[in-house]
Amino acid sequence: MGIGMIALIVLLVIAAGLLLVILYVIGTYNVFVGLRNQVDNAWSQIDVQLKRRHDLIPNLVETCKGYMKHERGTFEAITNARAQAMGAKTVAEAGKAEGALGDALNKFMLVVENYPDLKANQNFLAVQEELSSTENKIAFSRQAYNDQTMFFNNRIQMFPSNIVAGIFSFTKRDFFEVSAAAEREVPKVSF
Amino acid sequence: MLMAVCLLGLGAVIGMAIRGPDGLMLGLMIATGIWVVLTLISFSSGDQILLAASNATAVTHDVHPQLFNVVEEMAIASGQPMPKVYIINDPAPNAFATGRNPKTASVAVTAGLLGRLNRDELQGVVAHEMSHILHRDILFVTLAGIMLGSVALLSQVFLRGMMYGGGSRRRFSSGGSKGGGGAAILLIIAIVVAILAPIMTQLLYFALSRRREYLADAGAVRLTRYPEGLASALEKIANDRAPQLASANKVTAPMFIVNPFKKAGQWNLSDLTSTHPPISERIRILRSMSQGASLKDYSDAFVNVTKSRTVMPASALTKEDIALRQASAEAKKEQREKQLHHVGDIMRKVNGFVFLACACGVTLKIPPNYSAATVECPRCHTEHNVKKT
Repeated sequence: MGIGMIALIVLLVIAAGLLLVILYVIGTYNVFVGLRNQVDNAWSQIDVQLKRRHDLIPNLVETCKGYMKHERGTFEAITNARAQAMGAKTVAEAGKAEGALGDALNKFMLVVENYPDLKANQNFLAVQEELSSTENKIAFSRQAYNDQTMFFNNRIQMFPSNIVAGIFSFTKRDFFEVSAAAEREVPKVSF
Repeated sequence: MLMAVCLLGLGAVIGMAIRGPDGLMLGLMIATGIWVVLTLISFSSGDQILLAASNATAVTHDVHPQLFNVVEEMAIASGQPMPKVYIINDPAPNAFATGRNPKTASVAVTAGLLGRLNRDELQGVVAHEMSHILHRDILFVTLAGIMLGSVALLSQVFLRGMMYGGGSRRRFSSGGSKGGGGAAILLIIAIVVAILAPIMTQLLYFALSRRREYLADAGAVRLTRYPEGLASALEKIANDRAPQLASANKVTAPMFIVNPFKKAGQWNLSDLTSTHPPISERIRILRSMSQGASLKDYSDAFVNVTKSRTVMPASALTKEDIALRQASAEAKKEQREKQLHHVGDIMRKVNGFVFLACACGVTLKIPPNYSAATVECPRCHTEHNVKKT
């Protein structure tokens, strides 16, 4: 075995090592791109549900108008809140406005409790189901977005994939924080 | 994978018993061949046969808005496309999911279930089913079922061949270098393995199926963030007295949320041959989750309740900070009403009411100033004597 052979083997080993590293980098980059796209997709889902809520509110107002004849203030509050939410420009604005709209809707539903005829109306029940489902969907899409973000952030921050993330500048995403205080409560169980 | 070993091992042993050591490859090929054929049949026939056999009707948003919305919410929460939704025309409460991957998935719920559960509970059940789809359990169970079928088929064919062929088999061992004695031993081994293999693979199948149920429960909590929903749904299903689900059979049993063959009142048995873990245990695990809703929290609760090793794969045990949420408005109202009912009873007891239990299920609460000697039950009209303390 001459020096030449040894040199050749060493070269082959180095080449193989380099190949593995390159494959790893390619693979990790693709994973990051996939995860980032999922985060973006989840973000757009939230948007879809928020718009759905905007579209349901006129329907709600129409159904309730006949029964709640003297509740002009309540109707105005909710229509204004909706207009605010639809007109929001930045993400921060939208977050606040949507939270305010959620609160306005809750107050509206509290007023509805005083009208048992309305509560028994089939149309109202259908709209209420749609509204509460949309509220749930907003919550779940927010939840899904946060889950995806957490997944993404974990991957780009853990070693050794954070090196690859640094090279291709994948930055961590922010969580979508809740603005309405009521939703933050967590049940405390103590024994 | 253990089942694959069983299948191939069985094939190998049988092959060797028939043809001597040369038969090893042949046995393996035959076993694999059976497996491939059964796989093709299973995968091509698809979900349609299953659903047709279960008497299911398709659900769109207009047919049943609440169920459709609940499923849609879970689809959003899990990031999956929306599965097809079906209602099964049966009074027994149960639910199942089918579909090899999220794009071809369907979720079915019985009419009996829809009538008994509130929205949170229904959502817990749907989340459990969709977790099955998400974890590719259907694919897994199908593959395991095929494996089981292949093993059973192979061993059946071999054993029946033994019974009818009898002593003539000995003539086939001419290819080997061993004499008649070696072939006989191999034959005996083959017969024993052929009898044991189906039993072992059955037990493996059931153990795997049970483990998948726990994982689906954990996945459901992670999606809904509300373990009490699924827990009280399971409780309602377990206490149900409706007759057994008409369309279930042994093949479809593992895909239901609760074992459709368990009779009410027997749900404390933990059976090695059961496809589902005992409901009481599942409920206890779910109700002891107080820290958070992640998979790790379920795993901790599981270890606490069952005092055994966790069934979670290690990859799922990353620490995630997932907070539990409160009940929805409807469930809160139900809870409040139950509480008020309870409070009312306490007040009555304190104030000297007499409680009488009637055989028809009604509890008669008699005020202290009731002067007559007997009272009539409002439901079944039997007379009760009023005991005065």
